[in-house]
Amino acid sequence: MNQKATAATQAPHELVGLDDRRAVEMYKYMLLARKFDERCHLLQRAGKINFHVSGIGQETAQVAAAFALDTDKDYFLPYYRDYGFMLAVGMTPRELMLSAFAKAEDPNSGGRQMPGHFGSKKLRVLTGSSPVTTQVPHAVGAALASKMRGEGAVSFVTFGEGSSNQGDFHEGANFAGVQKLPVILMCENNQYAISVPVAKQLAGKVSDRALGYGFPGFRVDGNDALAMYGAVREARERGVNGEGPTLIEAMMYRLSPHSTSDNDLAYRTKEEVDANWEKDGIPRYKQYLIEAGLWSEEQEDAYLKEIAQELKEATEYADKAPYPRAEDTLLHVYAGDGQEGDN
Amino acid sequence: MPMMEYIDAIRLAMKEEMEQDSSVFVLGEDVGVKGGVFTTTKGLQDQFGEDRVIDTPLAESAIAGVAIGAAMVGMKPIAEMQYSDFMLPATNQIISEAAKIRYRSNNDWDCPIVVRAPIGGGIFGGLYHSQCPESIFFGTPGLKIVAPYSAYDAKGLLKAAIRDPDPVLFFENKKCYKLIKEDVPDDDYVVPIGKANLLREGDDITVISYSLPLHFAMQAAEELEKEGITSHILDLRSLQPLDKDAIVEAVRRTGKVLIVHEDNKTGGIGAEVAAIIAEECLYDLDAPIRRLCGPDAPAMPINPPQEKFFMLSKDKLLDAMRELALY
Repeated sequence: MNQKATAATQAPHELVGLDDRRAVEMYKYMLLARKFDERCHLLQRAGKINFHVSGIGQETAQVAAAFALDTDKDYFLPYYRDYGFMLAVGMTPRELMLSAFAKAEDPNSGGRQMPGHFGSKKLRVLTGSSPVTTQVPHAVGAALASKMRGEGAVSFVTFGEGSSNQGDFHEGANFAGVQKLPVILMCENNQYAISVPVAKQLAGKVSDRALGYGFPGFRVDGNDALAMYGAVREARERGVNGEGPTLIEAMMYRLSPHSTSDNDLAYRTKEEVDANWEKDGIPRYKQYLIEAGLWSEEQEDAYLKEIAQELKEATEYADKAPYPRAEDTLLHVYAGDGQEGDN
Repeated sequence: MPMMEYIDAIRLAMKEEMEQDSSVFVLGEDVGVKGGVFTTTKGLQDQFGEDRVIDTPLAESAIAGVAIGAAMVGMKPIAEMQYSDFMLPATNQIISEAAKIRYRSNNDWDCPIVVRAPIGGGIFGGLYHSQCPESIFFGTPGLKIVAPYSAYDAKGLLKAAIRDPDPVLFFENKKCYKLIKEDVPDDDYVVPIGKANLLREGDDITVISYSLPLHFAMQAAEELEKEGITSHILDLRSLQPLDKDAIVEAVRRTGKVLIVHEDNKTGGIGAEVAAIIAEECLYDLDAPIRRLCGPDAPAMPINPPQEKFFMLSKDKLLDAMRELALY
């Protein structure tokens, strides 16, 4: 009776554990990620940056997941489309823009790696690479360390559905299952591995693969912000309670081409892409917040102006920032490189 | 000083480091209850428990990858590859990940792992239990590679590897496990990575090698001494980084150099050592650089005549060393 009464008076975002402030903040990061991504496309087309790999269409799930995690304790291993995730765990647009411009101050790699190759010890984001899914065993290793030290933390790792075919996904998932480690494996199923559609990548569901490794797997609508938040939050609870890993297959659609070097209309139709824009999670969540009385078009306009200004400043800063010094190419191959007495 | 086998020295190094540092742990196939297929980790699980001596699923990329993840967040894992032949599924984790973690994060992250892997043949192991895969990893900046020949070095180099802030491949020679027995101090010494070791002084020829073949070289040198030929023998100890100064100095001493390894000749460590010599001290040479290596066959056959043909031996060293001395 009581439970029913509570449920009746609680809004859906409250039911999954988000208060009003966090529910709005989550939306703001989604919008920021979208605008950041769009800006990077423009900068690449204008010849200001060399390359961009997009996360458009995936921000809803990324940001919702980040909000369900503990940024003081957990370990994060996002993949290359996770701008939304990175912004939500604390990397600033300026820092991401420094990476896009490959400048020395880029906190991810000091301008060494392509954009989208995230890493920051301060933000507990383990450095990533381009060979896909190598980060899954790393997440399992971080979870193993966390369990050995009794930290009560989880590892959160993302990858695409194409990558879920790599051996490292399977080896890592199996290891985590055997050791019952606190790992959340989140597949961002965006329907394409560059040009190859999901039907040619997978004969079954990614989420069902969890069954073979002895832990639960769930398929969640990645365009549903609250469903994603709830799923990751529950997975985190399972992890910290010693119940082991969880696999989440977040269903979404890669609305942009694979990268700025890709012409996606060579392998998919405009009609298909347009139909998926209709399912975009960001306007959907915006509508929810407006209906809940937490957001308005006026607030949206004001926030968009704020973002535009922030991105403009970030772009200008990164554009003017110095590149790394050529001779520093030799630094940090090993510990102590570049210290006094070293040659 | 206790007498012990090479394999005991490896075990002792792990035991001592695990006693001193709670972040050190061992993972691999059969390392726990069984104590390793060669008994390298025997008794460690009894002493340190299942959490620190972990029997893993049979999946080498995960063994390396999980170790890398744990190392990045502050642990010091020792990942055992049961045979170096089975290390190749982990190659992407070692070369694309471990070797580049410090570099790609601009020194924000590091990866202090040790990957232990038994190398070498002469045990009727056939193609896939006999290989020397050093050259696959050699030349990958960011990795360190060591290959001890003695029990003393095995203990000291493994302790140095565990304490090293960067990824180290520890290639232990499985033929040496029981063959080599010598005094090993039970104190807390380390053998520094990156320093070669002069095993024997002589004036006629220089032999540069690492791992098992050094024993053949030392035996051959004894015999040659009776013929009036003295040998200067350098153990590289560390394959990466190579101790260039020691190589050049050892070559200059005699002006004649033979480079020896069991890994096949083409593209092996010896090719790089020869290139260093050519770059640094060509005009100090009195004879062409010689190499005595495993043949360029894919791997070592199991049948006795072909295994013997493939393997190095005291007699092969004796012939090659004498020939060079007489050049």
